[in-house]
Order: sequence, then C-alpha cells, then structure tokens
Amino acid sequence: MRNTFSEALYEAATRNPDIYIVVSDISPAGSMGKFSTQYPERFINVGVAEQSMIGICAGLALKGCQPFAYTIATFSLYRPFEMVRDDLGYQNLPVTVVGMGAGVIYSTLGGTHHTMEDIAIAGAIPNMQIIAPCDPAECTEATKWCAAQKNGPVYLRIGKAGEPDLTKGAEPWKFGKLRYLRRGTDVCILTYGCITKMAAQVADRLQAQGKSVSLVSVHTMKPLDREGIADALKRHKHVIVIEEHVPQGGLAPQTKQLAWDVQATCRLDTFTLKDEFIHCYGSWEDLLEAHGISVPIILAKVS
Amino acid sequence: MTDRANIFDAEIAKARCNAYRRRILDMSQKVSALHIGGAFSCTEIVDLIYNELMRPSLDGGRSPDTFLMSKGHGCMIQYMILVEKGILSQADLDGYCTPHGRLGVHPDYGNPGIEASTGSLGHGLSMVVGMALAERGRNTGGRIYTVLSDGEIQEGSTWEAILMASSLKLSNIIAFCDNNDFQSLGRTSITHPSFYPLTDKFAAFGWETVQCDGHSSAELYETVRNRRGDRPLMVVAKTIKGKGVSYMENVPLWHYRSPNKDEYKQAIAELGAQI
Repeated sequence: MRNTFSEALYEAATRNPDIYIVVSDISPAGSMGKFSTQYPERFINVGVAEQSMIGICAGLALKGCQPFAYTIATFSLYRPFEMVRDDLGYQNLPVTVVGMGAGVIYSTLGGTHHTMEDIAIAGAIPNMQIIAPCDPAECTEATKWCAAQKNGPVYLRIGKAGEPDLTKGAEPWKFGKLRYLRRGTDVCILTYGCITKMAAQVADRLQAQGKSVSLVSVHTMKPLDREGIADALKRHKHVIVIEEHVPQGGLAPQTKQLAWDVQATCRLDTFTLKDEFIHCYGSWEDLLEAHGISVPIILAKVS
Repeated sequence: MTDRANIFDAEIAKARCNAYRRRILDMSQKVSALHIGGAFSCTEIVDLIYNELMRPSLDGGRSPDTFLMSKGHGCMIQYMILVEKGILSQADLDGYCTPHGRLGVHPDYGNPGIEASTGSLGHGLSMVVGMALAERGRNTGGRIYTVLSDGEIQEGSTWEAILMASSLKLSNIIAFCDNNDFQSLGRTSITHPSFYPLTDKFAAFGWETVQCDGHSSAELYETVRNRRGDRPLMVVAKTIKGKGVSYMENVPLWHYRSPNKDEYKQAIAELGAQI
C-alpha cells in the first residue's frame, strides 16, 4: 500500500500545487522519490518531530493547502494526539494523517510499534474521518479522495507492503459506503484494512463448506456506513466481524450496537485483537494468532 | 503591498495601548472570565503588529501578512484591536463568554480576524511554520507574526517548531516571546533557571534573536525594522505581567482574576494618569 499511496499522491501533486507531504523521518517508497525531487518545496521532512509534523500541516491547511502527514501509525496519531485533536479536529482542516503499518504489521518491533487502538482514538475526535483500505487498489482510491476532499481531517490507516489485490472486479469504491468484494446470502464477513486478506481466506473456506458468503470491506470507518451494516445484518443469517484492533471502539462493538438498534436476529461473531499488549516477536500471522485471530481459530468458532 | 515606512509615532502607540488596557478593564466589569495580566504584558507587542507591522493591502482587502496569537490566553488585547478595526463588532464583544456570543476566553478559528484556534500552549509556532511555508510556496511575500508566552516555550513542541523554522530558513516568520517571567505557579525563571538567558537558546537554534523592552513600542519597532531578515526572527520582549496597573504588576493572582469595583476605579485612574 505504501507504493500505491505514494504513486497516487504524486499523481495528485502533479496536478495540484497545493498538495504537500510532511513526513517524520519515514518516507513512503515508490514515487515519493520523484515527488521529493520534482517538488522539494512540497516535501518536508521534519525529522523525529511528530508534533510539528501535524502543526505544520495545520498551518498549511489554514492557508488553503492540502497537506498529508506521514509516518508509522503509532507516531502519526498517538505521539501528536493533541495536535491532531486541536489543530486538525477542532479547526476542521482538510489534512490527511497517514498511519502507515497500522495494526500489528510491525510484528517483531514490539508494542511501541503496534497500532492496536487507532480507530477508537481517531474515531473519538469530532470531525475526524477514517479510511482503512483493504488492498493497494483501494488505497489508491482512498488517497485520490483524500487529495481532493475539503470536508475536514482524515486518518488514513494503511498497511506496509505486499498486500494482495482483493478488490478486482468489485463494485466501485465510494467514501462512506461499505463495499461488497463478493456477495452471498448465508454468511457476511465485515472487515477492513490489511486483515481483509485473512478474512478472504476464511470466506474461501466457508464457501468450500458449501456456504454462500459475502465479504465486505468497511473501508470507511468514520462515518460508518450504518445503513450498509444494518442491511448486511438483515440480509444474512450469520455476520462475522474480523478486525485488527482492540475490542473497544472499532468495528466489532459498533456492529453489535447497531445490531441492537435495528433488532437484528442474525448470529453475530466478532474477532478482534485482545485488550492486551502481547510480547510476541514472530510474523504478522504469529502476532494475530497470539491475539486469538487465525483462519483455523475463526473457522472453529463460526462453523 | 507597501511597508508602513517612517510613519511610526511612539506617542500615538502609547495612547492606543493605554486605551486598549482601559477597554479590557471595562470588559472585566461585565464578565469575570478573562486573562488581564497576560493581555497587559503583550499589549504593546500586539498593538505594534496590527497597527505598525502588518502591511495594508493595496486593494483594501486582507493584509498580505498574518498574525497568529500563539499565547491564546492573551487574546483580549487582540479582540480589542479587531473591534477597533471593525473586523469584530461591539456586539461580538458584548457577547463575550455568553451562550449566544461567539467569542470565548481563547481565540477560535472561524471568527473574523482569528487565524487559528489556540489556547493549548505549544501549538502556535508549528502552525506558523506551515503558514510561512505556504506563503513562500506561493511566492506571496506574506509574513507571519506570532506572540508566544514564556511559559509556552517550555513545551517541547515549541522547540520542534523552532528547529523547523530555521532548518527551512523561513525568514518570513517574525515571532515575539512575551517574557513576563510568569506562569501559573510562579516565575518561569525559578521553574527553569537554566532556560535563561533565553536569547542564547533561540540563537543556538539558528534564529536571529534580539532582546528588548517589550513595553517600549519604539524599541520593538526598531528591532523588527532593523532585522537582518535572512532567517526567522525571535524578539525576546522583556515585559511585566499586569503592566500599567500597580497592584497587578508581577502578581500571579491577576493571571485570571477580574478587579472588583474599587480595584477597577483605581486601575482606570492609574492608567488615566499615564497618558
């Protein structure tokens, strides 16, 4: 996703001289080299100084520019939290805060680099919008949208590299609307972000068991497509939420709340990270398994 | 775009500042929620920025320059000037801190003349850097003026911005540190003695740095006029919290307290005698 993000941003920046990227000692790969060479005035590296990264973006936006802040998700959102809240949320400025490598993708780097509660934290800020694309193509769509929107701040939660394409042939991406990657009638899997890869594997296995399965990318986590989720709860006998986020404040509790509100009668299972810091230093999959999320664990519980 | 060259008159500035202080005291008799001490310490600085330094536009529209009040709690002086200029109205001032008004104790972006929401300290200077970058990127020549408090420069975020402004060579930033030597719990120089002298610290980070009397409009004016202009400028303005009213000067109580009727009368009389 880093590469597609930087390609989409570069493309947008060639057309719009107001697009800036302010990075904190981490730069997206791919086309960001072209960006920084061609537009050095619009590529700002603050170094290890995330509070100023957000404040500088706010200042640029106050003058009508369209800035992006970019670094590893923990440092783009947690470290400068009050700047994100006051400078971006309170002033309602069209700044995109890119959280790269969100979730437990930095699996061997330990809890300091795990972004497990970002949806809850960003989502609690009034005016904040949240997008978490599930694959590189969705990341491109989201980046293009962020580069053009003037609604207010966006937290763009992206992965790192090597995510598979999951949205080929899917319906068009639209901000604020969940997206069916496949449509079925029995089971519906609601998910977002990088873990959609695992959700797709679960869907494959359930289909192999003879079930008709929907797989849905809830890429816009705020504002949440409540109508779309309510419809999914109504039209399926069994809804499964899979998310790479702590149990509080993410998709799982919001879906449960909505299920109550609309008096849903379907079965509802949720799989989230644990409310724990886990000292495991394996692969991304190892970390997720330690948190209680893997294809076999999910299948054992939902079959 | 023109500079206001050679029209500065220190006596006129003094009269303006005296009037602003009296109007702020008048406000204190309507609502008690205001920071008088910190507004009085930066009165000459903010007056100078609006009335002498920011350039008028040629077409009668907005100034090409911007003022961001980083020490948001000092905004009462800003409100008084914006009302005088007709950017805010008397009705706005009458509605200060009332349910139907739009002006609060700290400046809110979206209100006329307010360029950023401040109040939480340590946010302003990074936004100033972003604004200065935008002006440079568009080649507008716009300058960004700001006033920081000396408590605010204890924030690490302020120093991130200090570093960025000089690394980016943003010579269009003109900042004033309102060095009244007070924060909520006492003297800043007692909280952090090793922070002084302040000028060394800003200079070490690559800023042009000058210290002067923050209540001398003439000194402040000359300091800015004579700047080298090849890097951001920090004017360390030595000021007195509560300046102009004897019982308020250097008394922390007046950070956020309004005078009673007798105190008000005394304050107005003292200011009247200074003209």
